Amino acid sequence: MGESSAKIETRELDAYFGSNKAVKGIDIKVKANHATAIIGPSGCGKSTFIRCLNRMHEVVPGTRVTGEVLLEGEDIYSRGTNPVDVRRRVGMIFQKPNPFPNASIFDNVAYGLRMNGIRDKAFIQEQVERSLKQAALWDEVKDNLDASGVSISGGQQQRLCIARAMAIEPEVLLMDEPCSALDPIATSKIEDLIFDLKNDYTVIIVTHNMQQAARVADWTAFMYLGELIEFNKTKRLFENPEEELTERYITGRFG
Amino acid sequence: MNNDEGGPNDPVHNGWNPPSAKLDGLRETLNHLILTSDGRFQLFCGALAFSAVAIFAWVVGYLIEGAFPVLDSMGYKFFTGSTWSFDQGIFGALPFIGGTLYTSAVAMMIAVPISVGIAIFISEIAPKWIGTPLGFLVEMLAAVPSVVFGIWGIFTLRGFMRDQVEPFLQGSLGFLPFFEGRTFGIDKLSAAVILAIMIIPTISAISRDALKAVPTSQKEAALALGATRYEMVGTIALSYARSGIFGAAVLGLGRAVGETMAVTMVIGNVNSFSWSLLDPGQTLSSLIAANWWEAPSGTVQQSALIGVGLVLFVLMLAINVVGRILLSRVTKVGRVRVE
Ligand SMILES: Nc1ncnc2c1ncn2[C@@H]1O[C@H](COP(=O)(O)OP(=O)(O)O)[C@@H](O)[C@H]1O
Ligand SMILES: [Mg+2]
Repeated sequence: MGESSAKIETRELDAYFGSNKAVKGIDIKVKANHATAIIGPSGCGKSTFIRCLNRMHEVVPGTRVTGEVLLEGEDIYSRGTNPVDVRRRVGMIFQKPNPFPNASIFDNVAYGLRMNGIRDKAFIQEQVERSLKQAALWDEVKDNLDASGVSISGGQQQRLCIARAMAIEPEVLLMDEPCSALDPIATSKIEDLIFDLKNDYTVIIVTHNMQQAARVADWTAFMYLGELIEFNKTKRLFENPEEELTERYITGRFG
Repeated sequence: MNNDEGGPNDPVHNGWNPPSAKLDGLRETLNHLILTSDGRFQLFCGALAFSAVAIFAWVVGYLIEGAFPVLDSMGYKFFTGSTWSFDQGIFGALPFIGGTLYTSAVAMMIAVPISVGIAIFISEIAPKWIGTPLGFLVEMLAAVPSVVFGIWGIFTLRGFMRDQVEPFLQGSLGFLPFFEGRTFGIDKLSAAVILAIMIIPTISAISRDALKAVPTSQKEAALALGATRYEMVGTIALSYARSGIFGAAVLGLGRAVGETMAVTMVIGNVNSFSWSLLDPGQTLSSLIAANWWEAPSGTVQQSALIGVGLVLFVLMLAINVVGRILLSRVTKVGRVRVE
């Protein structure tokens, strides 16, 4: 793929916790409007890597990032770039659903809009409805928008978080094992959702579940011990990987 | 609420037993308590625990008994009357109830915002190497004895209030009834400022703990939606920690209401109530401290002071119970939402 079509590109990206280097020299180009999965054994740096892509890594005290992350060609770590602006363009869904318990379903979704200074009630209303529909949650909560964000099931909470992230119309959605706390039915709903989302968004999803990567992602990256081992078309990576390490991981023969 | 000990109400030990078995059980328990060292230790600790209850009952009993003569002669007017005269034997405690609530309320208005600011700074803004020593120093304010605050209040704070703060307040807000009269420095405002300083350690420490208990996942959710750190604290962290902060404020209020020595030294000890903070006044506790030696034993004057003590006790008890309930609810919520 050509350089111009990369939505997000990293160059020699390193991320540290104190002196511990958790992400080591990652170079990757992620295409716009595709879903990209990141797989790899637990602790290999998947979460740390995607948290570098919206400058969330730095909110943990004692951390550091070096290298470049280009969002449409512009380095989000360049001097003078406000992390708040980056996070508005690159949304994030966390491993455990984390709706705001003291806010209603409506206010959860409206939160990002309000933080962006939007006061137009009609617009907020419209945007909340659109996002909840996009997250396939509208029909389940439309009569209950005043209920607390934690009054719904875990799967619904995670879709609420997706709606909340989408309300501010980010260009990229980062998802960190979004289904790991959910049952199979809720999981398949979210997978369908991701499949639809990638038409309009660039989706990067971390998963420890290889079937899930195979189902939802066009491209898949395999990480091991902080390094990017292989980045390939999903089908290729699972059927005929280039690296022996990848092969050993996907066939379950890992030492 | 505290049902973690198997006392006489413990259902397991309270089941029905045939009388003879019951007696056997009793004998066994007694033997255990008296004959074994473990049993004697349990008995000893139990006695210590019950002695606290006994002392509490003793104090309450003393207050009620001691207050009886004045309640008998004044009736409900003891609580609602606003004349207090040792010489005429008229005792209406309303000015002191008012003085206590008023100075404490003003102290809260000063202390709560400052304490929450300190708590936010320590838990969310300052790096650890600043926040930890700063929190320690603020808590050390609580180690300054009340009488030392009183001396400092008379010799240092008083001049500052009289020459700087009060003229400024009168100049800018003098049209309000709260800032009428002479600027003297020995008055309700100085008392409220000292009270505020004395309760800041309590309120800021508990608020800080409440803010630190806000789950990282909640804070990160807000930040990832493009909230600034400032917006995140204002919308999510404070909302999550609000009952803890409220409980902290109530406990601080409890301390302010009962504080005696420093207040007695700076409030001016005038037995009437006025809305001007620049007037001297009197609180329930400062009234007792300032007048105790003038009320001979066994007189209605002394009974009146004991009655004031009873009012103070009931007020503080109510505030502390409310504060504890609020805080216990917070920790319960925290337990349910454990990460
Ligand atoms: N908050 C943290 N503080 C210190 N080290 C961390 C922290 N989070 C993760 N790490 C370390 O960074 C490495 C990568 O972790 P992570 O990115 O969470 O892996 P993954 O998401 O692939 O399971 C691990 O070795 C882990 O010990
Ligand atoms: Mg992870």
